[in-house]
Amino acid sequence: MTNALELDRVEVVYDDFHALKGVSLAVQPGEAFGLVGESGSGKSTILRAIAGLAPVASGTINIDGQSLSKRRDKAFYRSVQMVFQDPYGSLHPRQTVDRLLQEPLAIHGIDDQERRIVRALEEVGLGTGFRFRYPHQLSGGQRQRVAIARALIVEPSILLLDEPTSALDASVQAEVLNLLETVRKARKLTFLLVSHDLAVVAHMCDRLMVMQHGEEVEQLLSTELSARKARQPYTQKLIEASTGFRR
Amino acid sequence: MSDVAMSRREWLLSERPQSRLQARLGRAYMSWQRFAANRLALIGLAIIIMLLLVAAFAPVLAPYSPVAGDLRQGLKPPGWEHWMGTDDQGRDILSRIIYGSRLTLYVVVLVAILAAPIGLLVGTVAGYAGGWIDTVLSRITDIFLAFPKLILALAFVAALGPGIENAVIAIAITSWPPYARIARAETLTVRNSDYIAAVRLMGASPARIVVRHIMPLCISSLIVRVTLDMAGIILTAAGLGFLGLGAQPPLPEWGAMIASGRRFILDQWWVAAMPGMAILIVSLGFNLLGDGLRDALDPRGAGQ
Amino acid sequence: MSALLTVEDLRVAFHTRTGTVDAVRGVSFELGRERLGIVGESGSGKSQTGRAIMGLTPPHAEVTARKLDFDGIDLTNISARARRDLRGDRIAMILQDPKYSLDPVMTIGRQIVESIQAHEKIGKSEASKRALAMLESVQIRDPARVYDLYPHEVSGGMGQRAMIAMMLIANPQLLIADEPTSALDVTVQLDVLRILDQLVTERGMGLIFISHDLRLVSSFCDRVIVMYAGRIVEQLKASELNQAQHPYTRGLLDCMPRLGAADRHPLPTLDRKPEWAL
Ligand SMILES: Nc1ncnc2c1ncn2[C@@H]1O[C@H](COP(=O)(O)OP(=O)(O)O)[C@@H](O)[C@H]1O
Ligand SMILES: Nc1ncnc2c1ncn2[C@@H]1O[C@H](COP(=O)(O)OP(=O)(O)O)[C@@H](O)[C@H]1O
Ligand SMILES: [Mg+2]
Ligand SMILES: [Mg+2]
Repeated sequence: MTNALELDRVEVVYDDFHALKGVSLAVQPGEAFGLVGESGSGKSTILRAIAGLAPVASGTINIDGQSLSKRRDKAFYRSVQMVFQDPYGSLHPRQTVDRLLQEPLAIHGIDDQERRIVRALEEVGLGTGFRFRYPHQLSGGQRQRVAIARALIVEPSILLLDEPTSALDASVQAEVLNLLETVRKARKLTFLLVSHDLAVVAHMCDRLMVMQHGEEVEQLLSTELSARKARQPYTQKLIEASTGFRR
Repeated sequence: MSDVAMSRREWLLSERPQSRLQARLGRAYMSWQRFAANRLALIGLAIIIMLLLVAAFAPVLAPYSPVAGDLRQGLKPPGWEHWMGTDDQGRDILSRIIYGSRLTLYVVVLVAILAAPIGLLVGTVAGYAGGWIDTVLSRITDIFLAFPKLILALAFVAALGPGIENAVIAIAITSWPPYARIARAETLTVRNSDYIAAVRLMGASPARIVVRHIMPLCISSLIVRVTLDMAGIILTAAGLGFLGLGAQPPLPEWGAMIASGRRFILDQWWVAAMPGMAILIVSLGFNLLGDGLRDALDPRGAGQ
Repeated sequence: MSALLTVEDLRVAFHTRTGTVDAVRGVSFELGRERLGIVGESGSGKSQTGRAIMGLTPPHAEVTARKLDFDGIDLTNISARARRDLRGDRIAMILQDPKYSLDPVMTIGRQIVESIQAHEKIGKSEASKRALAMLESVQIRDPARVYDLYPHEVSGGMGQRAMIAMMLIANPQLLIADEPTSALDVTVQLDVLRILDQLVTERGMGLIFISHDLRLVSSFCDRVIVMYAGRIVEQLKASELNQAQHPYTRGLLDCMPRLGAADRHPLPTLDRKPEWAL
């Protein structure tokens, strides 16, 4: 089976800072793959490199077996979408929810806009009552639902999730995580999920990669993580820290 | 009646608008409320509306002809017959000021229509594209900014020839650089934001991103700036008129009127003072309006 | 042991153009020389509670309390001046992001030196020696280097430590920490908590630890106050968190994914009841 997403020794260099130092990973279709690590370890950079938002210096990125060129084409943007971390920064402040959802449809020349917008809003549990609101009239959780609806409206097969719940309260996080699981099942999506919270990744993903300083520390199964069976001391330390404070 | 008004207010302020129109109107209403809370801004708005009305109904309002004068009636002080007195040609100053408001509006509107879009386009493209495009556009902007506005306008009029159209063009050419600066600065703050990244990720072309997503963000600060600049534009136009390079006689342009009045400034003060007052009031009006708009349109105030 | 801080019926209301927002609605608690956690979701009034005790409520808000007593001082009617002296000296506060509370154009070392000199008459070299010692006491490994750095040149964890070091100059008896570790990585978070923990045990300080993370608070504090919509819905010993009574507390605990817990798909969510906010 061809991998839905494959990175081979990808390097990202900002000016003279090596943000990614040759990272390789492979995600199968329908799989949920997690990325964890401390801030600055290069998790977001991986997602941005895939999305074409970060300068890839070397290495290759394959989607469904097809190597990506430097310039992404429209078909790429219909198969790969992203949800950002900060729900307050990822929605245009001057556009209503309706306008936000219409834009991708207009860009890809998809007709039947009315029905799709209504359906997208219902899918993320917002309903049409939210359709003509501006972002500042929404709570953080509602904004993140809108961002998910915007990503799903072009019917992608791969969803890149950059800490989608770390700015949300725990109860809202649970709702959004449940929503993400539901749409993944319903649409057979492939997830690449970034989080600094080991428990979230273990809950959502099948496999994960631990990162540090722009490099892979190790890849392991979520079941191994849950059983605290890490091979690398750094992973052990992360697991230890996530259990809370010990006197 | 108050019942209807109340529910209309509620409809506008609804947290759950039912249509695009309602959302837009609701937003406009909120801006209006912020604007209306500012007493001075309302005064400014009233002055500008008055200017518009006077310009529109000049033939009805003006008691005399603005160009034809009676030489025997020359240099009369303000009185019942001529409220603002007459000039050396015996023309009624009030009538000339009333007709002059049309010229003032003409200049101001044309300059705004010409300069603001140029500035917006240059600024947003430079800010979003970056690299050598930014460098080239910014240097051009800098060159224009390096000269004092009136001097540059003078040079252009000297090259194009005197006349009100050329004055407008000259002023427009000299006033876009600050707008470009503002638009560029604003673009730089949003170009790396997640919401622009999200639009890029939808596959939007750079042109679409600039026009549909970045420009709307710059427009409100630009509107504010243009409104505040109106006073300066009027003064520059008046300055050109004063130097004889703007509107040509017998056009009742306010700056030119002051110029012709300066010969009698000591004995017949009203010839120069009346148009001066008109310029002062209208400039003040635009300034107050601009200040009010800044508070009302500030995207940060409208945000969280 | 007498209470260090007594709060009775504390209320904070914001009068805005669109109406009055009751941010804190009748909060009462006592604090000894212990670690007290205040948890709740965003907007539940945690920060405003802490700020009201500090006397840092924004001017357009109205603060009332039946009793607000710090070590025998009635905070409800002392002068602004006395309040300020208290704030610099006996009560201190740490905020979530050190970037906002440190002066961006002054090196960290100089900021500490200036606050030392504001407190006592002391020579420059003596003060900088003290500052270095202070940085060392918050477990900064290379204090001499950090001393010369500007706030934007250090990581979040380092900035937060510098902030704590600065707070400690005055040797406060009460420290209010508002989400001091929320912006930090888990491993760094624990280091900062360890420093705070030491201060409480060694100096006998009272600590109010504000956080949205119920799990973290319960592992760190002695006692936990749970807030919802400006009110305390439950107060309990951290060790007895598992026996929490209020459905909100239980819901908050439940809805977090846990490492190694049995599969819970979907996660239980919080079913908010209107009567909780009454
Ligand atoms: N546009 C950029 N220019 C320069 N450095 C960057 C840029 N974006 C990210 N970096 C750097 O790359 C490193 C990795 O960042 P990031 O992938 O965002 O980390 P994470 O998501 O794991 O917290 C960080 O040290 C960051 O400072
Ligand atoms: N400056 C302000 N003006 C109006 N309301 C405010 C202001 N600051 C805070 N509030 C309100 O007070 C409530 C409590 O805020 P806060 O104490 O900051 O919550 P927390 O720290 O628990 O997240 C919120 O509902 C918020 O809307
Ligand atoms: Mg990141
Ligand atoms: Mg807070």
